[in-house]
Amino acid sequence: MSEWQPGFEPKILAFACNWCSYAAADLAGTARMQYPTNIRIIRVMCSGMVHPGLVTEAFQAGADGVLVMGCHLGECHYQDGNHKAKARLAVIDEMLSLLGLEQERFRLIWYSSAESERFAAVAREVTDVLKKLGPSPYRRDASEYADKGIIQCL
Amino acid sequence: MTLTELERVDGEAGNFTVSLRKHPRYVDIDKCIACGRCVEKCPRQVRDEFNRYTDSRKAIYLKYPQAAPLKYQIDARHCIRMRGGRCAECEKACPRGAIRFDDSEQQVEVKVGSIILAPGFQPFDPFELGAWGFGRFRNVMTGMEFERLLAVSGPTSGNVLRPSDGKPVRKMAFLQCIGSRNYNQIHKSYCSAVCCMYAIKQAMIALENNKDLRISVFYVDVRTHGKDFERFYDKARQKGISFHRCRVHSVEPSESANEVCLRYMTENGKQVSENFEIVVLSVGMETNFETTLLAERTGIELTPEGFASTSCFAPVATSRPGIFACGAFTGPKDIPLSVIEASASATAAAVRLSDVRYSQSHTRQFPPERKTGEEDPRIGVFICKCGSNIAEVVRVRDLARYAETLPHVVFVETSLFACSQDSQELIKKRIGDEGLNRIVIASCTPRTHEQLFRETLKASGLNECLVEMANIRNQLAWVHSSEPEAANAKAMDLIRMAVAKAALLEPVPAVSVRITPQALVIGGGVAGMVASLELADQGFPVHLVEKAAQLGGNARHLFRTWKNDPVPSYIETLSTRIREHSLISVHLKSTVFDAEGFVGSFRSVVQKPTGNVAVDHGVTILATGAQAFKPNEYDYGLSQNIFTSLEFDKLHSAGDERILNGLNFVFIQCVGSREPERNYCSRVCCTHSIQSAIALKEGNRDRKVFVLYRDIRTYGLREELYRRARELGVIFINYEAHQKPNVVMKEENLEVIVWDHVLHEPFSIPADVIVLATAVVANPETKELAKLYKLPLDMDGFLQEAHVKLRPVDFATDGVFLAGLAHYPKPTEETIAQAQAAVARAVTVLSSRWIGLDLVKGRVDENKCDCCALCLDVCPYGALAVERERLDAGAEGAAPKQKLVVRAAKCKGCGFCQATCPKEGISVTGFSYRQLSAQVRAALDCG
Ligand SMILES: Cc1cc2nc3c(=O)[nH]c(=O)nc-3n(C[C@H](O)[C@H](O)[C@H](O)COP(=O)(O)OP(=O)(O)OC[C@H]3O[C@@H](n4cnc5c(N)ncnc54)[C@H](O)[C@@H]3O)c2cc1C
Ligand code: SF4
Ligand code: SF4
Ligand code: FES
Repeated sequence: MSEWQPGFEPKILAFACNWCSYAAADLAGTARMQYPTNIRIIRVMCSGMVHPGLVTEAFQAGADGVLVMGCHLGECHYQDGNHKAKARLAVIDEMLSLLGLEQERFRLIWYSSAESERFAAVAREVTDVLKKLGPSPYRRDASEYADKGIIQCL
Repeated sequence: MTLTELERVDGEAGNFTVSLRKHPRYVDIDKCIACGRCVEKCPRQVRDEFNRYTDSRKAIYLKYPQAAPLKYQIDARHCIRMRGGRCAECEKACPRGAIRFDDSEQQVEVKVGSIILAPGFQPFDPFELGAWGFGRFRNVMTGMEFERLLAVSGPTSGNVLRPSDGKPVRKMAFLQCIGSRNYNQIHKSYCSAVCCMYAIKQAMIALENNKDLRISVFYVDVRTHGKDFERFYDKARQKGISFHRCRVHSVEPSESANEVCLRYMTENGKQVSENFEIVVLSVGMETNFETTLLAERTGIELTPEGFASTSCFAPVATSRPGIFACGAFTGPKDIPLSVIEASASATAAAVRLSDVRYSQSHTRQFPPERKTGEEDPRIGVFICKCGSNIAEVVRVRDLARYAETLPHVVFVETSLFACSQDSQELIKKRIGDEGLNRIVIASCTPRTHEQLFRETLKASGLNECLVEMANIRNQLAWVHSSEPEAANAKAMDLIRMAVAKAALLEPVPAVSVRITPQALVIGGGVAGMVASLELADQGFPVHLVEKAAQLGGNARHLFRTWKNDPVPSYIETLSTRIREHSLISVHLKSTVFDAEGFVGSFRSVVQKPTGNVAVDHGVTILATGAQAFKPNEYDYGLSQNIFTSLEFDKLHSAGDERILNGLNFVFIQCVGSREPERNYCSRVCCTHSIQSAIALKEGNRDRKVFVLYRDIRTYGLREELYRRARELGVIFINYEAHQKPNVVMKEENLEVIVWDHVLHEPFSIPADVIVLATAVVANPETKELAKLYKLPLDMDGFLQEAHVKLRPVDFATDGVFLAGLAHYPKPTEETIAQAQAAVARAVTVLSSRWIGLDLVKGRVDENKCDCCALCLDVCPYGALAVERERLDAGAEGAAPKQKLVVRAAKCKGCGFCQATCPKEGISVTGFSYRQLSAQVRAALDCG
């Protein structure tokens, strides 16, 4: 694993469920909490609607990290979408190893719509973890990092 | 009307004149956009009463972050300007000119047909009594204050810290029944019904934050009588929270200022003093002075305890016709029951109003929709500055320039407030002038504003699905204000993502289904009868299906409610009214054995002794009740003198000799309830047994009556019965689940052996009669019905509502509602309230001729779907089906073509199908694989 790279800003994609994490992110705004800018939120209606193919695509397109955010187990608006999202973890893990990426680059996280503080905290934590992990070799600018000897370009 | 008080009510049911006094807010709610600039500038600090004074706020403030309407207000008592000073900071800061220092009090009169009172409660203030060290020790606080400590938005961001020095807590205690069940000191005999559960919940959250925290709960009885509460209590014990059955008699100082010392006596009679760092007082509810005043002004009666006086048979009707009450005002209660009563009072109030329905409402008209199907995308991007909320962090002008360079974008404009009326008009005009067919709004969050922009699109003749929002306020400007450069770059990304998705948006025609204005009610117990009558009284025809040969269900075995209202005559009145009601068709000895359709148009087949009939209906109410448990312990069935509660009641009222002449009675509680295989409280049995015990004692003071219990759960105002029973000399003995009483059959009588906690030895009670308070168990037939209507059951076989707290009579399946014992054990008055609540919900469907469906729905792409049917099983709503297309006459020999179809009325748009399909054969409007994938690629700038 490479050391933390100064100047490296990871690109993180988060598929956020409309009913919990997306709302928590909105609330974090209302409360003016601050967190790093690295995270890009894609709103979905339920964590269960996120096709594992989308996660693969995100990694192939150079995301340094991908998050799927859903309601706490038992609180999904569509009965058990979050359980379905959880069941897809195995496929995603397998895909990550096929792509040669670390498992830490993907996370499935549960929220309630009130957990704005946690939303911000997770955003900070995930950004930190990915900074330490270094850039994904699938980034479009990967060759620049490869030139500096930071990663192996694919 | 916020900040408004009721002064007087004149007139009578159907025609009230209500005088109101409107207090000034000093903020124009039509203008305020809740941006909070005023608060930043307001120089005046005030202690915050919502955060229970543990925090401070400004003189202009938002009461709490979820306030509705989300508008600021000025507290004139603290505002410098209002008190004659020269400040106008908020006025200067407000970008919308919403501040109104000249706002004033107004008198308003309104004419209404019915009135609903929901003034709630106030938490008991332990300061009054000067006990428990409250106000004396900083680390002693009420449950309300502790709740704020636990809240992530509270003063300690959810960390449990000692108020005395801000250090983390290692050991804490909860004291239960503070301000409740305390007749001697404060004349409050009632139980506040929610404190046991909130204390356990708080303890669990605190433990989750800090795994090493040691928590003790000191209680009299643990009252976890609600749905799923018992399991939660068990879990708390498993997690190591310790529960002590005793009242703490004093809270005293200890050597350390960060601790207090509790003195108490254990169950075995040992005196103990123990130090704790935080002591939480689980304070109860009480009616406050203003509410008493409200009762006086509206002319309704209160109970001696200060709650609205109601009968069990009309649980939300006050003593004055036309005025209804709900929530904690009719007696202490939790959220689900309050929500139920709120709906119930809406039903009760509406019955009087049903003939004027719609006379004061209007529907909005929209121009015909422009066909955009063939056009190339022409995207218009509107970027909102939100006053300076966005503009001060992001360079809006650069953003606009950047947006112009994006594919398909033909028009870009910025506005001060995209949501204001004039901006809406402008957007409408631009759509027409520039021929825009896709709109991107970069502003706040779609969760609050998308609907508004959808309306704007509709008003300008565009399909409402053609708008996409980029959340550059809540999820950008507000959270990245400390990094403007990075924020600017991210804003560009967000707009690029929204534009990429917008280019792929497709128009979707609005779907609505016709409503059959008729209801099917299954089960003719109290719940089914009340629901049928209330629906019919509002003018909707009802089919009532009852399996037995007569109506009434379990209530036919009851004699009196806990408020002493006679049940048999009530059931008789209901039955007669139903028989005579022209809009109700009763099907006795009948069941439903087949059903299809969805909200608005169900068709169910009723199996009657005379044959089957099909019934068309717009809504279904399930009221199939429950059953009394048949005990398999305590020698039930082996003796002539051991009965269940219901058997006992019958013999008692018939004057059976065993009871008439009996002198020694033993009630055994929790028979079949709170057991591993039935881990819930049956809720009615404690009150039921105590009522019988009182009747026995009142019949003959020489009788000895024992009640052997695990916890006495006479929740709410029922506690008064428990007090009376003790006063009359009924003896209550506690037993534990692992040490149940033993019934011994002797020659001449029976004997019950129970463990004596104080003497540590078995104790024997001679008994002439033993009464077993048996559990209420789910009706096994409900399972079949649940399958027919695709409804979930909980692990005990009761119907599982859509949301335990907020949607207590709904299911995730629209158009189906529940009431009564089929949901969970409950007494008659709660059954009636729930039936009325189900009616309120049902009427929202029945009263409209068409029901518009949400547009987020699954859609099949026939070019890609090959009918592999993988998605069929994952759909939780049974919305997908494979249909065979009929063979063309000419195409002989060809295999019949199959086709996947989405039943729009059933589909909820969860997208599980889309996430399962390996070939993009099905997708959800507005969130299709292609659209999400476009966002992914745009986010990573990967085209
Ligand atoms: C042992 C016991 C003691 C109680 N004690 C008290 C008390 O002291 N005080 C108090 O207030 N409340 C008490 N209750 C609760 C009270 O009886 C209920 O709140 C109320 O009667 C419930 O009415 P319901 O309509 O929900 O259910 P039920 O009375 O059970 O009625 C359900 C009806 O549906 C019918 N049905 C069932 N399945 C089908 C089907 N598939 N098709 C058609 N019809 C069907 C049944 O035949 C029945 O008539 C007690 C309940 C029990 C079981
Ligand atoms: S007797 Fe009934 S109401 Fe009382 S605790 Fe046991 S199950 Fe609950
Ligand atoms: S979106 Fe959900 S409800 Fe609709 S068809 Fe797909 S799986 Fe079923
Ligand atoms: S609705 Fe949030 S995860 Fe399903």
